[in-house]
Amino acid sequence: MNTGVFVLLATLLVVAALGVVLARSPIRSALSLVVALFFLAVFFLLLDAQLIAALQVIVYAGAIMVLFLFVIMLLNLQEHPAEMARAGLRFLAGTLASLFLLATIYFTNRSGISNAQGMGAIPDGFDSTAQIAERLFTQHLFAFELTSLLLLVAIISAVVLAKKKLA
Amino acid sequence: MTAVPIGWFLILGSLLFSIGALGVLIRRNVIIIFMSIELMLNAVNFVFVAFARQLHSLDGQVMVFFVMTVAAAEAAVGLAIIISVFRNRETVNADEFNLLRW
Repeated sequence: MNTGVFVLLATLLVVAALGVVLARSPIRSALSLVVALFFLAVFFLLLDAQLIAALQVIVYAGAIMVLFLFVIMLLNLQEHPAEMARAGLRFLAGTLASLFLLATIYFTNRSGISNAQGMGAIPDGFDSTAQIAERLFTQHLFAFELTSLLLLVAIISAVVLAKKKLA
Repeated sequence: MTAVPIGWFLILGSLLFSIGALGVLIRRNVIIIFMSIELMLNAVNFVFVAFARQLHSLDGQVMVFFVMTVAAAEAAVGLAIIISVFRNRETVNADEFNLLRW
């Protein structure tokens, strides 16, 4: 990936991300988020993470965002006039976010990591799903099993929370 | 072969994270706050993948896998909570959520 491609993709990604935060209607926010997630998937592809890119599109843009859109439409949310925070609060939030960004840029520069020349060639098999699977089922097996438990708990709690009150 | 140094990826990641944090702070619609949180999670995933590429270690990608699972579980439970609050309060405005106040 050369610098031009990076800057172009980064610009589109940031515009989509700003769309999530600034769009008045929730549906537009959600669709902006889908676009942002797709651009992130493109970045993952360019970083030789094919499996993660595919998961990003299938799990995030596919499953999670459909859930979001479904809830927005179910609750029939419209644009709301008093939806943004007050101007003073907005200014404070913007200042905080900019400060955070400046601090990150400062520390990234100070660590000298940005002076590294590119990322170099990848080792053999780095972009293969088999290698990730091997790690997942050996080194991270316990976390993997815990994840399945977490998903089970999430399913049960979602059903219990969203069903109608019994009494 | 990637010609772009990792510092650029870190800055883009933190930019996305700040945009997400800004969304959490300035919006009052809980669903949009929730989507901003997803954006922040994705910014972190992005940095994980960039570091995995830089350090030639697949552990970063495994970590992204786990973050995605947690995000899916979080989205399911969070949206269920939003639906059940909406059923009681007829609103998704975070300022009017005072169920826990008294």
